[in-house]
Amino acid sequence: MKGFLKYREIWLLAGIVVLIGLISTRFPGFADPANLRQVFNDTSILMILALGQMVVILTRSIDLSMASNLCFTGMVVAMLNAAHPAIPIPVLIVIALAVGLVLGAINGFLVWRLNIPSIVVTLGTLTIYRGATFVVSGGAWVNADQMSPAFINFQRTAFLGLPVLSWIAIIVIALFFLVMTRTAIGRSIYAIGVNPTASVYAGIDVGRTRFIVFCISGMIGGLAGYLWISRYVIASVEVANGYELNIIAACVIGGISIAGGIGSVGGAVLGALFLGIISNALPVINISPFWQMAISGSAIILAVVLNARGERRQGRIILRKAEAA
Amino acid sequence: MTDAPAPRHIPDRLDKPLSSAIFSWEALLVVIAVAIFVINSFASPYFLDPWSLSDLTFNFTEKGLIALAMALLIISGEIDLSVAAIVALASTMMGMAVQAGAGTPVLVAIGIVVGLACGAFNGLLVTRLGLPSIVVTIGTMSLFRGIAFIILGDQAYKGYPESFAFFGQGYVWWVFSFELALFLVAALIYWFVLHRTSFGRRVFAIGYNPVACQFSGVRVARIKFILFCLTGLMSGIASVLITSRLGSTRPSIAQGYELEAITMVVLGGVSILGGAGSILGVVLAAFIMGLVTFGLGLLNVPGIVMSIFIGLLLIIVIALPIVWRRLREGRFA
Repeated sequence: MKGFLKYREIWLLAGIVVLIGLISTRFPGFADPANLRQVFNDTSILMILALGQMVVILTRSIDLSMASNLCFTGMVVAMLNAAHPAIPIPVLIVIALAVGLVLGAINGFLVWRLNIPSIVVTLGTLTIYRGATFVVSGGAWVNADQMSPAFINFQRTAFLGLPVLSWIAIIVIALFFLVMTRTAIGRSIYAIGVNPTASVYAGIDVGRTRFIVFCISGMIGGLAGYLWISRYVIASVEVANGYELNIIAACVIGGISIAGGIGSVGGAVLGALFLGIISNALPVINISPFWQMAISGSAIILAVVLNARGERRQGRIILRKAEAA
Repeated sequence: MTDAPAPRHIPDRLDKPLSSAIFSWEALLVVIAVAIFVINSFASPYFLDPWSLSDLTFNFTEKGLIALAMALLIISGEIDLSVAAIVALASTMMGMAVQAGAGTPVLVAIGIVVGLACGAFNGLLVTRLGLPSIVVTIGTMSLFRGIAFIILGDQAYKGYPESFAFFGQGYVWWVFSFELALFLVAALIYWFVLHRTSFGRRVFAIGYNPVACQFSGVRVARIKFILFCLTGLMSGIASVLITSRLGSTRPSIAQGYELEAITMVVLGGVSILGGAGSILGVVLAAFIMGLVTFGLGLLNVPGIVMSIFIGLLLIIVIALPIVWRRLREGRFA
């Protein structure tokens, strides 16, 4: 039981349950399974994005360009759909993944080959990708009536009781879980975050692994681009403006250490869910949505304070084990 | 991002002052600035008018003031992403004071004090609790702007007194605005503090090796706390200028300024890993960004497309010296 309680995810999960309980006292329908499914579906895109950001942060890097990537890829996919409604949705999804991959690979190349700090690279591409959206679209919007019904309805189709969007999130979560816990690349990502120098001596190509994580976050950004546009049925230059910080906030609340090496798939998912529950709950319990920003800001600060304590405690446990050995 | 800086090559003797000046980062920035200036004056007949050059300065003075303090903070190995949110909160507080009938001196004091208080809050969280500044300031960024949103919602504060308009709209002499004068004076002060005082040397030393500094008797936490306060203070001053220039306050005021201020600092040659940089570089970078955005504006290029140029400029200016060095050593890629 004690070993069980030391996992940060358990505490976060408990926090979420308490949060849902508190909301239910004000609005009894909130804890209803149908409503919780709705909240999960609403948060799907943020969960996917948080996982993409997580692998980058684990390697002591950061990707500030994810929201701009989402905006650019979403616009490309929406324009393709508007111009050629006959292209089937799976092909569009593959295109979205490919466009996102290219944008992520540009980030990764600059970080890998030129050794520019990732925060500088992605600060630059953050503005470049959003600007490129304007160039591609000429500043025009793609509206709901220009998108094909299949484009809009694909993610809303119910399948085994859940919308396809939720299933996509579940599949992505499962894939990330497998990669992070069961593959060599997953272990390399953690190893680089814990100690890049030791990783080099252990035969891990740090630069190449960083390139790969940026490719992953790029592909995720691209996938989220299609999902976002087909969910909110409008593509414009303003889509997801400033959202990169929400993604990082989800990671931080989920216990992913910005110093690298600490964090889990479960944490990222729960961190995103925490933000999703707050944004879903505020309107139903009659709190002005203008409170949301301040609440998530406080949650981030609180989470980072708690995480810092958790990390310190973990350090002592390792020492005690070393003493005992 | 948190990797330690690479060990520095220590030469047997120093370069001659002239050759080190010619091959310095600042010289590269001067060349770029002059090139953009010349291109601009050919591209638009309106560019060389003194008044349009004066308008140009409004593009960077407010962000530049923040960038000066941010440069010191980044040199010391920390970062503050909440500066634009501090601007918004300080502006909201000034707006509230106006509704209560406050006069100009009180407004300015409120702007500065709120900025200072926000900076101190960041500083306390980072230095007392030992938290990473990038995460803390992402949190306070949401918190500060969130408070502005709670107070204002979708409303706006207006009705600032006429004398208050001087700070953002007034001119000291001929075409030289108060904002530009304040920026130049502040740059001079920051140059002196960073490059001519022991405090400045400590800032560099902390960025290069905080642990060694601690053991050498430098009060690392206190200096970092002061730097966070300074960044908050400059954000408060910038808030006074912006509010005065716009004459109104919305909670979305100064959105995205934090990234532009950091771009200025990095473009100015400050190492994002800490330990290196100069105020002259930051001032030149501020001018370059003002020149680029204003010149493109005269050519009717939309703001969002300008941001592509700023982003490319940032990456290319950082990448060029690296590519150049590798080509010379013949070991590229």
